[in-house]
Amino acid sequence: MRRLAHSTRVTGGWGDHLFRLLIRAAALILLVIVLGLVIVMIRAAFPSIRAFGWSFLFTSRWDPVAEKFGALPLIYGTIVSSVLALLIAVPLGIGAAVYLSEVAPPWISPPISFLIELLAAVPSVVYGLWGIFILAPWLRTQVQPALGATLGFLPLFQGPPYGVGMLAAGLILAIMVVPFIIAVSREVLLAVPNAQREAALALGATRWETTRLAVLRYARSGLMGAVLLGLGRSLGETMAVTMVIGNRPEISASLFAPGYTMASMIANEFAEATSDLYLSALIEVGLLLFVVTVIVNALARLLVWSVGGAVKAVRE
Amino acid sequence: MKARVRRGINAVMEWLTAMSALVVVLPLILILVFLVYQGASALNLDFFIHLPKPVGEPGGGMANAIVGTLILIGLASCLGLPLGILGGVYLAESRDRRLPWVIRFLADVLNGVPSIVIGIFAYTVVVLPLRRFSALAGGFALAVIMLPIVLRTTEELVRLVPASLREAALALGIPEWKVILRVVLPTARAGIITGVMVSIARIAGETAPLLFTAFGNRFWHQGLLQPIAALPLQIFAYAIAPYDDWHRQAWAGALVLIVMIFSSSLIARIVTKGRYSGVR
Repeated sequence: MRRLAHSTRVTGGWGDHLFRLLIRAAALILLVIVLGLVIVMIRAAFPSIRAFGWSFLFTSRWDPVAEKFGALPLIYGTIVSSVLALLIAVPLGIGAAVYLSEVAPPWISPPISFLIELLAAVPSVVYGLWGIFILAPWLRTQVQPALGATLGFLPLFQGPPYGVGMLAAGLILAIMVVPFIIAVSREVLLAVPNAQREAALALGATRWETTRLAVLRYARSGLMGAVLLGLGRSLGETMAVTMVIGNRPEISASLFAPGYTMASMIANEFAEATSDLYLSALIEVGLLLFVVTVIVNALARLLVWSVGGAVKAVRE
Repeated sequence: MKARVRRGINAVMEWLTAMSALVVVLPLILILVFLVYQGASALNLDFFIHLPKPVGEPGGGMANAIVGTLILIGLASCLGLPLGILGGVYLAESRDRRLPWVIRFLADVLNGVPSIVIGIFAYTVVVLPLRRFSALAGGFALAVIMLPIVLRTTEELVRLVPASLREAALALGIPEWKVILRVVLPTARAGIITGVMVSIARIAGETAPLLFTAFGNRFWHQGLLQPIAALPLQIFAYAIAPYDDWHRQAWAGALVLIVMIFSSSLIARIVTKGRYSGVR
């Protein structure tokens, strides 16, 4: 009896030791991948960093033939399309999340949430397909002429209506990040303790006043996190944007004009980069994108964690 | 009077939130409707059993791309699943403080990295040394995308296994590794399968990281060290090409892809249902 127990403990100890090493090694591989990603990207981007320095960020000539590269139009296009997307998606997304968690009758919320969850799984290239064949023609024939006629005195809405361009990119990004913003906001709102609501209601507040004073204020930082997660998504979004933005590295005041984003530049030109410096410049664009999205996502996670409970939605 | 104003504001705001829900859901429904409408009319048997025809010739299908996508998913799963599940067990079981925290944080960081950047990584790590685009590079890129998702779900589900179960097994004198493999993991199985299906749904539609790793191919796959076709790549190439017949096939491809993705999400839901009603 005693020997049996002893031997079990010995094999157990040995097996446990090996098993612990194994699972620790598996987890460490993730560390290796992330570190490797950072090191490899910096090394590959280095020729371009050395050749252009800071002017890479502030000049707008992208000329593979002369090997002169400046990423300003790409940075501009990325920021403008994402900001445009958020201007549309944030009010609608948070409004919809408030509706689902505070206002809607109980039977309506689950099916809509299910639909939104499904749509968050639709791949980017499918949104792009819809963007090319449905959204862009609609913009070209209906929306842009109308906008040009009524608001054409603003530089934002001038120029010929191509359909594809900054406006189409912003719209398709808005449609793509909305399910995401709703999902995270809804989790954040559900994490608000009911005591908050009950206290406000007990003071005689209407439902909207309860929502505004007791729920939204409490969830403020979490909602900010949801917005930043949406931003991180739209900054790095590639396929759908590539298909509708028009792909021209120019800075134009008009939303009708074609543009370019960092991600779509990489998608279009990477496989065709003919020289080492060209490739290196494209990788530097990727490195920039990486750094920006990591900062945005880290901020977002801290904010969402501060409300708590929403960790699951964050992972999607 | 004041009360009436407040009730009025309440009604207006509630109406506005309902409208924003409607406005949000509308384009999403439109996308699905167009997809089914355009896709179904373009779909036929040829699509599933034939290779693409040469440029300009109508007809043909995307059989190679469907097979290619399945191969890529298989490759990514071979690399990503064992690492993700074992790593997740580590995160849940480790008594360390610092290392699990770091790994957890990095997993979330990696999950937020745009997939095109992961494509660049796979290009420099796999394509450059081998000097060719390959199925292997594509599978590697997808595995990197898949890893953090599987890792974090596994961790969460292993944590949900009741301590009493684990203690009962340990009290019988069973070594810890056996307890984990034979008691803890089987208990968490349904949830882990859900995580796996979710991650597969995510990588099945990835296009950007495949552009310069798997690269695409108009023929059947020719081994892991050659470029391989993938459904999302083919949809992209056909959508931006100037031929009507290709546009038609792009819609059909998108419909097939969506059905694949939705059915794996659905399997995830069904497997989860009833067992962990609290966990998605």
